Amino acid sequence: MSQAAWRNISIGVSGFIVLGLGALVIANPGKIFFSWTFFFEVLIGGLLAGTLYSLVALGFVLIFKASGVFNFAQGAMTLFAALSLVRLIEITNSILLSMALTVVIMMALAYVIERLVLRPLVNQDVIIMFMATIGMTFLIDGFGQLVWGSDVYPLNLGIPQDPFEVQGVLLNQFDLVAGAVAALLVAVLAVFFQKTRIGRALRAVADDNQAALSVGIPLRHIWFIVWTVSGLVALVAGIMWGTKSGVQFSLALIALKALPVLILGGLTSIPGAIIGGLIVGAGEKLAEVFIGPLFGGAIENWFAYVLALLFLLFRPQGLFGEKIIERV
Amino acid sequence: MLYRDSGQFKSTYEDDRAIFPIAQDRYAMLALLAVAFVAVPILGNDYWLRSIFTPFLIYSLAAIGLNILTGYAGQVSLGAGGFMAVGAFSVYNLLVRVPEINFILALVFGGLVAAAVGALFGIPSLRIKGLYLMVATLAAQFFIEWSFTKFPWFTNYAPSGVISATPIDMFGWKVEESWERYVLALAVVTAMALVAKNLVRGSIGRSWMAIRDMDVAAEIIGIQPMQTKLLAFAVSSFYCGVAGALWAYLYLGTVEPVAFGINTSFQILFMIIIGGLGSILGSFLGAGFIILLPIFINIAGTGLGLNLSTAFISHMEFIIFGSLIILFLIVEPHGLARLWQIAKEKLRLWPFPY
Amino acid sequence: MTVRRFGLGVVAATVAATGLWAASAAAQEQFIPLLTYRSGPFAPSGIPSANGFADYLALLNERDGGINGIKVTWEECETQYNNDRGVECYERLKNKGPTGASLVNPYSTGITYAILERAQRDKIPILSLGYGRTDAADGRVWPYAFPALATYWSNASAIVNFIAQKEGGHDKLKGKKIGHLFLESAYGREPIPVLQALAQRHGFELHTFPVSPPGNEQKAVWLQIGRQVRPDWLLMWGWGVMNATAVKEAAAVGYPRNKFIGVWWSGDETTVIPAGDAAKGYIATTFGSPGALYPVHRDIGRYVYDKGKGHGPRERIGEVLYNNAMVAAVVSTEAIRTAQGKYGVKSLRGEEVRWGLENLTLNAARINALGLEGVLPEIKLSCLDHEGGGWVRLQQWDGKQWKLISDWIAPDRALVRGQIEASAAKYAAEKQITPRDCSKEG
Repeated sequence: MSQAAWRNISIGVSGFIVLGLGALVIANPGKIFFSWTFFFEVLIGGLLAGTLYSLVALGFVLIFKASGVFNFAQGAMTLFAALSLVRLIEITNSILLSMALTVVIMMALAYVIERLVLRPLVNQDVIIMFMATIGMTFLIDGFGQLVWGSDVYPLNLGIPQDPFEVQGVLLNQFDLVAGAVAALLVAVLAVFFQKTRIGRALRAVADDNQAALSVGIPLRHIWFIVWTVSGLVALVAGIMWGTKSGVQFSLALIALKALPVLILGGLTSIPGAIIGGLIVGAGEKLAEVFIGPLFGGAIENWFAYVLALLFLLFRPQGLFGEKIIERV
Repeated sequence: MLYRDSGQFKSTYEDDRAIFPIAQDRYAMLALLAVAFVAVPILGNDYWLRSIFTPFLIYSLAAIGLNILTGYAGQVSLGAGGFMAVGAFSVYNLLVRVPEINFILALVFGGLVAAAVGALFGIPSLRIKGLYLMVATLAAQFFIEWSFTKFPWFTNYAPSGVISATPIDMFGWKVEESWERYVLALAVVTAMALVAKNLVRGSIGRSWMAIRDMDVAAEIIGIQPMQTKLLAFAVSSFYCGVAGALWAYLYLGTVEPVAFGINTSFQILFMIIIGGLGSILGSFLGAGFIILLPIFINIAGTGLGLNLSTAFISHMEFIIFGSLIILFLIVEPHGLARLWQIAKEKLRLWPFPY
Repeated sequence: MTVRRFGLGVVAATVAATGLWAASAAAQEQFIPLLTYRSGPFAPSGIPSANGFADYLALLNERDGGINGIKVTWEECETQYNNDRGVECYERLKNKGPTGASLVNPYSTGITYAILERAQRDKIPILSLGYGRTDAADGRVWPYAFPALATYWSNASAIVNFIAQKEGGHDKLKGKKIGHLFLESAYGREPIPVLQALAQRHGFELHTFPVSPPGNEQKAVWLQIGRQVRPDWLLMWGWGVMNATAVKEAAAVGYPRNKFIGVWWSGDETTVIPAGDAAKGYIATTFGSPGALYPVHRDIGRYVYDKGKGHGPRERIGEVLYNNAMVAAVVSTEAIRTAQGKYGVKSLRGEEVRWGLENLTLNAARINALGLEGVLPEIKLSCLDHEGGGWVRLQQWDGKQWKLISDWIAPDRALVRGQIEASAAKYAAEKQITPRDCSKEG
């Protein structure tokens, strides 16, 4: 089928869904509570929640960009980083020292992964690399629990968490901090990628690793650096999510929240991870609050994926992903 | 020495196209089936029949289903658990409303419903590919799970929100004992594996593989991508649906929708990757690896007699299991089935490799 | 298919090994399998539960030399809170010991469902204290399942009674808004029919707020609760990571914690400690009073931990889930003791222990004698009623520990029992089971 036909079908399908939901909302006036203040409250809450998804998605994107590996172990790394941090704080009683030690641990992990998993499997299929990262997930989960324990550990780094109101809209300090952290992280990564020597090398590898190799960029170092950076992003994500619900094994499951963000934003784009997070966050919260009651609620989980799916119908490579060009 | 095909001449096309062209393979297969159908039910105790063989067989069936879709037609999917749920809940709803229906018919019905749902959720595959499709199929998984939890009609308004397998009655045979359940599962799996094997060897399978290898090129040689892809989704979901129904009726008995959750979908995907994409044998090997290996590691850990703590053994189980996955991928990225094939090739030439 | 050939070899080896094992264990002892989850996403709840159960069994052996002199033996099997693994564990352990498993505590509703029919065939009773299939409380349809002490339906009803107490009578409930926040799953939806019936009877408005599993993200639902509906009271059926997140989010939208009541699985240390100060004032029900100040805890310290035979860290004795599991161990072993009264003091089979469960009476005197005064309510099980009283107590987190804030509260037994029997009858019809006639049971 031609591109134009697809476009029409996609517009038709999306239009149908939007109109259908609109009709449902109008037909059930009693079930939905609506006011503009509340709408903005949900919208802002959703956007801020979305930044937390973005934090997790960023780790995936970094690794996929540089090595073409869809890293299933990102969730496990998040858990491992947060667990290391919180247990080290218990031992050393110093947040800064523990942070530093955790960074060292994540570097060591990246080194081991590069040495024992990536190097032997270089140039394998995407799906094989994906499976290898699943093996890593089991390994890291088991190792993390073995060393640090499987209980729940409270994490309190002094991030303020009190609610306050602006113009009748309820905000939470923690969410704002999370948003600021995400913004800062993206800024730092952008500078790192655009302005530094290593960043340029990383971009070269991402574009074409054969060519990068041939101009003398050491691929192995680059992978080590990327996995380290991704480990640090995991640490930041782990801190934010761990503050929300305590550091426990469930942190490994937040990867599921990042998947729709990833495909919506595109697997290879850092701004995509951020914008995708915002869209998914806002979209699913608005849907849950304003459409959910019609279905009895808890539609968030699948709604995020359906939302991503709708975007993919228009752009199969995600909003900011690299265009897929196929030649026969 | 024993495994040699010299002297076995193929004089007809039928011979050449046989599933097992080598005589020893045929005998081995027959012997294996004889053992599986006769010796295992007689010798096996409850533990082996109920908690090892039966789940292994059912998972193998689901893995065959996903392998058809992912291994042969190249559409990576994480919806297998959801389609299993569709099968299980359809069979339950049919049997609870029309109890006199034969169980085999109900199974077919469950498979067909799953196939329809699968084809529906396969539509985005016409546009989306690879990892993007894999993640997008999670929409099906979550939506199906949510529906079965949400709408009480599916559970026949059970206040606990679970379905309980109704008694199985086939031509007057009440399937109750563990060996009966095992034999029924084995019969279904054997028949369906045979069908799958022939399906993927025939023209349909070839068109699937053409789509997998390069869909644009396949379209040019006259394969309709829409029909082919949707057919793959439907057939795959049929297998998963039947597997789900068997899971509910022969294995768990009482099922909540979570039993077919996202973990199940992931596990089945792991099975086919480890076992070998595009291989029926690989589906069985992969199911064995993913389902049985952790149990064996755990039993071995408990049986060492070192008085290790349960938690320690469990964590070691994670570590060893994860390491083995990586190790096997490094040794042979194309799965256990490929490893088996290489072993066979070597054996044919042994002891004179040249 | 060749993997099975390998499998068969392993079968032979293991069968031989099991045979040897069974032969060596001929002494008089009572075997109890322990299905635990010390790793995986629910381990924070699984660890104290497993420790509480095993510590109490160890106490019986160390202090009393077992149950009337019959040593209690047990073996843990790790389920990772996974249904398949739970089934495997059950099958692995059910024939151990001289007479097989006495009874099984699956510690997961999913696993309870999965082994319900198997256990019935194997004649091994399932004791599921505070979880499992609610309508199994009708012993006529489920002779081998015991959701003892309190089911979710009793709990929902008891919470409403508690709210009525606080509001000053059931008539004051009229027009009040009560919310039900739950994990979107069979478990979370379970109390809804009872709550609906109660809403109709007492005239309160019921609002339901489902949370998508696993429940680590609840922003949308809390905006509805805190900013839109603002229920007067809020119930929670949560599990795992959902619990602490919910308490945190309640603080984030300023919902009063002292109007927020969790089921017992949302009322342990893993719920409140990660939430920090946000959890102060939060309420939950319990069927095993919190704290380590009871005589039984002293004994566990003296006879078990002092000898280095404890299963967890000493300072965690008396956590909520520890005590709940200890209560399950008490009910299990007292049932064995009861059965010994009928069948004699020896290793008993599962079906004999089942008789013990069905004729179990723990009155105040017996509970005191066990050093458990105030920890658990009086309980009397029968062929008809596998639940007992359905009593619960409410406890409140003061920032450091759980404090009891109510006496034992009874549910609306007539209503709950009616729903249980209706649901059980429906199940019996579906499964073509003829319910037992309890008047004929000894």
